[in-house]
Amino acid sequence: MAEFSLPKNSKITKGKYIKAEGATNVRKLKVYRWDPETGDNPRTDTYEIDMDNCGPMVLDALNKVKNEIDTTLTYRRSCREGICGSCAMNIDGTNTLACTKSMKDCKDTVAIYPLPHMDVIKDLVPDLSHFYSQYASVQPWIQTDSVPLPDTERLQSIEDREKLDGLYECILCACCQTSCPSYWWNGDRYLGPAVLLQSYRFLADSRDEYTGERLEDLEDPFKVFRCHTIMSCTNTCPKGLNPGKAIAEIKKLITERHAL
Amino acid sequence: MQYRTETKKTKGLGTAKHGFSHWWMQRLSAVLMLPLGLWFIYSLMTMETISADTIIMWLHNPIQALLMALWAITIVYHGALGLQVIVEDYVHAKGKALILLTLIKFAMLIMVLAVIFSLIKLAS
Repeated sequence: MAEFSLPKNSKITKGKYIKAEGATNVRKLKVYRWDPETGDNPRTDTYEIDMDNCGPMVLDALNKVKNEIDTTLTYRRSCREGICGSCAMNIDGTNTLACTKSMKDCKDTVAIYPLPHMDVIKDLVPDLSHFYSQYASVQPWIQTDSVPLPDTERLQSIEDREKLDGLYECILCACCQTSCPSYWWNGDRYLGPAVLLQSYRFLADSRDEYTGERLEDLEDPFKVFRCHTIMSCTNTCPKGLNPGKAIAEIKKLITERHAL
Repeated sequence: MQYRTETKKTKGLGTAKHGFSHWWMQRLSAVLMLPLGLWFIYSLMTMETISADTIIMWLHNPIQALLMALWAITIVYHGALGLQVIVEDYVHAKGKALILLTLIKFAMLIMVLAVIFSLIKLAS
């Protein structure tokens, strides 16, 4: 059955409180910490941030903690401009990218947790290997049987290219994937919003010739039909995309294949 | 320690190649319940008194009895489809899930038969 309380060794305890000496413009970060090497329960450490000496984004505040206050804090980050998807985490109760989330849009004390319902490797670093393997399972590349002449390209009209808008922008940050209750309960078999959006990106591509094979492989009570249009995915997407709509489009294609 | 690759876990037992009809019937039955529900409320509201006698009289009309059967069976069917989703979503122990899914199907069958039997009895 569904579990409604955390197991004993996952209960979060209160951690350290670190003051910012001499700062006047102070904001607080309450950060989830867990170290696999100590065997201790996870805890939340609270850091005061001197906002007069800190960049505007949540990632800037985290970098300040890492560089100046507590070097043991572990999180993923890379591009700092919302295109790599590394710094996806749960900020103020919503999955988003730390680098594009402004401190101004957060509560006074910013609560930061790893992406929900994933195994935690350390602190804010979740284990995304199953997600990546699910992504690979939908074969996210163009597949064709026809062989074009060697000196020609596969042409696509402007209208057909426009059908990929809102799909190709996905950066696979897993914010939507880990915001989906269906994915929490059945993530082992349900492909989840991010993977299904990526799958639809190739179903919608006029150049791909494997639409039928793709739909055949998707049709499963768990792979697609665990989606109950809860729409948390669309709510949380930091890129403003609509995975919920992409899944609905997949269901429409399956309907067409069967019934129309 | 289980030595399994992520690919192995993701591929699992493969695709069932069905799932559409459950989803589709859930939607169709929901659509059907809408006009039938309005019909039922309208019928009760236009009845002079709501008593066993008036309802039995009302069901003597074959069209009303047919609509009643359709409505009651749709409710049971839609309910069973919904309960199935709840079990699939939340019950992860295979044995428990199998028992519950079987019970749901049997209960649905018994309730559909009960609807038909009672209507035949009341309407004849």
